[in-house]
Order: sequence, then C-alpha cells, then structure tokens
Amino acid sequence: MASQIVRRIARSSRSKYASLGNPSLLDRSCSQSAASNSNLIRATLFPGDGIGPEIAESVKQVFKVAEVPIEWEEHYVGKEVDPRTQSFLTWESLESVRRNKVGLKGPMATPIGKGHRSLNLTLRKELNLYANVRPCYSLPGYKTKYDDVDLITIRENTEGEYSGLEHQVVRGVVESVKIITHLASLRVAEYAFHYAKAHGRERVTAVHKANIMQKTDGLFLKCCREVAEKYPEIKYEEEVIDNCCMALVKDPSTFDVLVMPNLYGDIISDLCAGLIGGLGLTPSCNIGEGGIALAEAVHGSAPDIAGKNLANPTALLLSGVSMLHHLNLHEKADQIHDAILKTIAEGKFRTGDLGGKSTTTDFTNAICNHL
Amino acid sequence: MSRRTLPFLKKLVPGVRSTMITSRSVTYMPRPGDGAPRAVTLIPGDGVGPLVTGAVEQVMEAMHAPVYFEKYDIHGDMKSVPPEVIESIKKNKVCLKGGLRTPVGGGVSSLNVLLRKELDLYASLVHCFNLKGLPTRHDKVDIVVIRENTEGEYSGLEHEVVPGVVESLKVITKFCSERIAKYAFEYAYLNNRKKVTAVHKANIMKLADGLFLESCREIASKYPSIQYNEMIVDNCSMQLVSKPEQFDVMVTPNLYGNLVANTAAGIAGGTGVMPGGNVGADHAIFEQGASAGNVGNQKLVEQKTANPVALLLSSAMMLRHLQFPSFADRLETAVKRVIAEGKYRTEDLGGGSTSQEVTDAVIANLD
Repeated sequence: MASQIVRRIARSSRSKYASLGNPSLLDRSCSQSAASNSNLIRATLFPGDGIGPEIAESVKQVFKVAEVPIEWEEHYVGKEVDPRTQSFLTWESLESVRRNKVGLKGPMATPIGKGHRSLNLTLRKELNLYANVRPCYSLPGYKTKYDDVDLITIRENTEGEYSGLEHQVVRGVVESVKIITHLASLRVAEYAFHYAKAHGRERVTAVHKANIMQKTDGLFLKCCREVAEKYPEIKYEEEVIDNCCMALVKDPSTFDVLVMPNLYGDIISDLCAGLIGGLGLTPSCNIGEGGIALAEAVHGSAPDIAGKNLANPTALLLSGVSMLHHLNLHEKADQIHDAILKTIAEGKFRTGDLGGKSTTTDFTNAICNHL
Repeated sequence: MSRRTLPFLKKLVPGVRSTMITSRSVTYMPRPGDGAPRAVTLIPGDGVGPLVTGAVEQVMEAMHAPVYFEKYDIHGDMKSVPPEVIESIKKNKVCLKGGLRTPVGGGVSSLNVLLRKELDLYASLVHCFNLKGLPTRHDKVDIVVIRENTEGEYSGLEHEVVPGVVESLKVITKFCSERIAKYAFEYAYLNNRKKVTAVHKANIMKLADGLFLESCREIASKYPSIQYNEMIVDNCSMQLVSKPEQFDVMVTPNLYGNLVANTAAGIAGGTGVMPGGNVGADHAIFEQGASAGNVGNQKLVEQKTANPVALLLSSAMMLRHLQFPSFADRLETAVKRVIAEGKYRTEDLGGGSTSQEVTDAVIANLD
C-alpha cells in the first residue's frame, strides 16, 4: 500500500515536471545514461536559402573550434511539394527534428505561389511550436540609440490573431477571428515563468489589451496569474500594450521578461529587435511540445548578397548559443557568446550591415580566435 | 502692442532667437461676428484629467479666448455616457476631454470607445514631433498618425465558445477603411505633407487588412502628388525606433494605430507632450494625443505633477478648429517657449515642476 502511494507520487511529480515544458532535462539525463558510448548530441540543421548556407558554415566552424559535442544532420528544403507535409519541407526533415529534439534553422524564403503552405507555418504546425523566445540585449560595442536593453520577449505562437480564420460576411465587410484558449495561454505562461526561473530573471510582465478585449486578453491574463502564483519568487506584472510600447521606447531597462499573445508578441519582439540593432543581430528560439527547441535566425534570406561572403552570421550564431543553453551546455554557450561579443566590441572585424568591411569568413575566424 | 514690446522683450531675454517670437501682421480675416464666444464641452475625467483640464481653463482665461466651457463630470467606471453630455457635444460640436480610465478586464466597456462610436468620430489623430529644447534619442521626428477609430479589433464582439476557448471578432469594412483613407490623404493635402504610409499585417490577415489596403490604394490613386507606400506593422515598429525620419503621415486600422501612435509619441518625447484628437463628420473631441500611462497614474495625481503640455497643444488645435487661429498661435508659441527654456518641466520630461508651475510659466510667456 505504501509502495503504491510512493509510486503514485513519483508518477505525478514526473508528469508535473513534464507539463512544465522542459522534459528535455529528463530526456537528456535518460539518454545520456543509456547511450554512454557516444556523447554527441544530434541536432538538425536547416541551412535555408540565400545567405543561409554561408552563415550555417560559420556556425559549424565556430562550434567545431569550440569543441561543442554536437553532430549536425543537415536538411535542405526540397524543390517539390512533398505530399505528406503539403509543403517544400520533406517528411524526413520533420521526423529528424522530432527525433533529435533540437534544431537550428537559417532563413527560408517562402516561394510565392499557390498550392502549398508557408514553410514557417508548416514547421510551426507540424512541430507544435508554441512559444517564440527572443532575448534582446544591447551588444556592447555596437552603438544604437539604446544602450541598456536586456529583456526577453516570449510570444505565444499558435493562436491569437494569427489563426487565419477570416471570411467575407457580405461584400465590403470582412471578419477575422482571434482565438485565445486556456490551454495555449497556460502553456506559454508556464514556459515564460520556467524560463525566468531557469535564467535567474526577476520579473515577468504580461502584455495585453484587456481593457478593450476583455474576454480574450482577460483569459490570457487569468492564465498568467494562475502560473504566477506557483512562482512566488518571481515578480509578476501586467502592462497594457500601448503603455508597454511607450515605455519600451522611452526606457527599455524597465522590462525583464515579457510574455504576450501572438500579435502583440510579433510587434513587440520586432520593436525590441529594432532597439538593439535590427533583425540581423537578434537570436530567436521556438519551443515546442515535448521539449523540442528550434533555434532560428529571423532575418530574411537576403538574396542580393547571397554567395558573396558578405553576410552577417551573428543572428544564427546567437541562436545557436540559445540552443546550447536549452541543451544545458551552459559553459560552451557562454564561451561562444563571449567570443562573439568580444569580436563585435573590438570593432576590427565587422560585416557590412554593422558598418564594417569584413567578409563572413574573416568575422568567423575572428570569433574562433577569441575562443 | 506686440510691435512695441518685441524689441523690449528681445533685450530682456538675450538668448531667444527671433524666430520664436512671432509678430504677425493681420493675415487672418475673420467674418464679422466670428469673435462671439463659442461653447465647448469640457470633460475633466479621471485621474490626472481634472489637473490638466484645469490648466487649459486657466490659460484660456488668461488669454481672454472667446471660448467658454460647459463642464460635465463623468468617470471611466460609469456604465455609459450620460445623455446630457452627448447632447451638449452635439450642440457645441467641439469637446475637450481630460481622460477616462477604463478599468482593466472589469466588464465595463471603455467609455472612450463608446463616445467615439456614439458620435462617429472615425479618425483619431496624433501629432508626434520633436520639441526644441527637449532632448530625445531620436530627432527629425514629425509624424502624424491617423488611426481608424470605430471598428477593427475594438468592435467589442467577444464570446466564450466553450469554457476555456474565447473568440474575438475583428471587423473591417470597406466603408470605414475608405473614409479613413480619404481623411488621411485629405489631411496630407491640406497640411502640405508629402508621404502617406499605410500600416498593416496583410501577409497574415489577408482578407481583413487586405481590404484596408485596397481602400488605401484606391484613394492614393486620386492624389498623385502624394507619395504612398505600405509597411507591415512589425517592420514599421522596428523602423520607428531606428529611422523615424522616413515617416510622415501614417494611416492605420484601429489596434495598430494605437501601438504606432504610442511608439511614435514615446520616441518624440513622451505622451505628455503630444497633441491629438478625434474627429468625425460633425463633431470633434480633443484630448491628449497618445494617452498611454497617464490617466490612472496615482502618483501623478497626488503630487500634481501631470504634464499639461499635451492638452494645451491639443487645445491650440481646438482653437484652430474653432477658427480662432491667432489665439492658437499665441498659445503654441508660449508652450514651446516654456519647453525650450527648460526651467519648468514636469517629471516625465526630466524636470521637477508641478502642473501649476508649468501652467503659470505658459501664462507668463503669452504674448
């Protein structure tokens, strides 16, 4: 009888841990104890289009010099629509991410045309990537108008205004449906607080417009409050989105972790990227059910400088760093991170978009030298 | 009188450039009887509202402006706007509002939104610009955000489908999109503005924002001398914080307009100084341009340090709307002088004065 109770408690605690959205910790330890002969972690790499392959090479080089125990499985976007996934991404690619549970994605240009889903949308739906995490901090040495930015935006990625449910009621009148569910809001709130705790952050701010959209954003806030009670050591605040926008441009240092629904998240995370210097320097990580993490570079594929060795690999490198953090390889992550910051701070090797004249390879070599 | 005092003032205040003291010869030719006092509905509102509207009343009094106020006391947590207030606004056609604080998630719809819908004030205008003497991170900011005020995400149509799943409807109609686009281009034409940017998210919300863009494009073709371009809202916010000088007039649906206006106000100096108003075919309500963060702020109320500049500049806009342009010019010049001097500034601008001190400084600086 006592053993039954113990077993029940053990089961419930394990499931509670899994529902926190970070079973990767559990999985890692299990897989490490099971597969002790190979310590290499397999990760899927999508180089992407345009400047993608060049910057992916950068990442591979830096990781090799830093001796990061990762084995890359490269997948490319196909030229034809795969009927199993309804898009240019093949089933094998998706299976690979599901198996490895980590991935790094370069910029993908969605080809314009009909008959297939956008690549990003396919990834998001198939892998159930529910949270988009973007750490934004001012890069020392790269001066923008804002020097003291250090915040993280966590955006709900599956529902909200981007459900895609629109219809024309009568001619000239269109309705678009915004959906907020308890499940999705709870999930992203849980991840936000878990992230805050894991990274030693002190405050989580929920951004909303519940004074106007009372039921939808009200539900989102309710879920955030529920989760906040479980983390009494983290300060929880709520901020209306227009106040938040204004405060962000006046003094971004007042924010720490921001959690928000889809649309606001989109706007605020891009605003924060603008504060620190643009999308070319911003890392991003998508978290999915079952502990999947797909880090990605959110800038475009820049076809005009593709193949010319001029691209800036910083965004993909920093995304790789956040991927390493997710894998709990904190030492390696910090090492690479410091090397990147030092290189940019020195100012000797900078690519075109940062105002310098170096090539991608020069920049990468400089980072490797700093390791 | 101004011609005699002009050189005297210049001697007294050595640092002032001659461009700041405007001496006008008569360029406005009023009709006989235009000087009759006009009634304006005044709604002080909640929080800092009474403080800032009080400032406006004092300044109007000091200027002997031909305006008298009919005050009505309403608060943000009332269920609806009392009918006598609506009657008054319909009669006077112009209203000055402090600010009504909407309780968050409280089951009360915003009175601000109700007022706008009732009077069909479909355009909300916020003018964000750098003020001389006010240090900001961005300069060369001169953006006017024109935002559709009646539909979009603020339709208030929400319902719970099943427990735990809530839907909210965003409605976009051709009628409303067309009229806001018309207003934006007409504004640009009348105010010698060169560019209109439509802000949208039509790559995701293809039908809804697509309809908005279609209307904007149609109207743009009728104003070939005004440059027109479109920008996705997330890119727009990024550009606003890095290169705001590229924007001139921006026309947006409801929600994006709110965000863009507050962001633009933030980069140009804060919501405490940006004027704005809501206008419809028959009525106009003038209020602080972008009202983020101020109305319910208890500390500002207690210490009486709310910034009256925004409402003072909005009342200058109101005076022009009422066709008293000379009073408007005097008021604006006085306010700009106070800001440029830098001695009397409230907390949000980095100073330590109270609202009353700023108001007194403005009155002292009136020509």
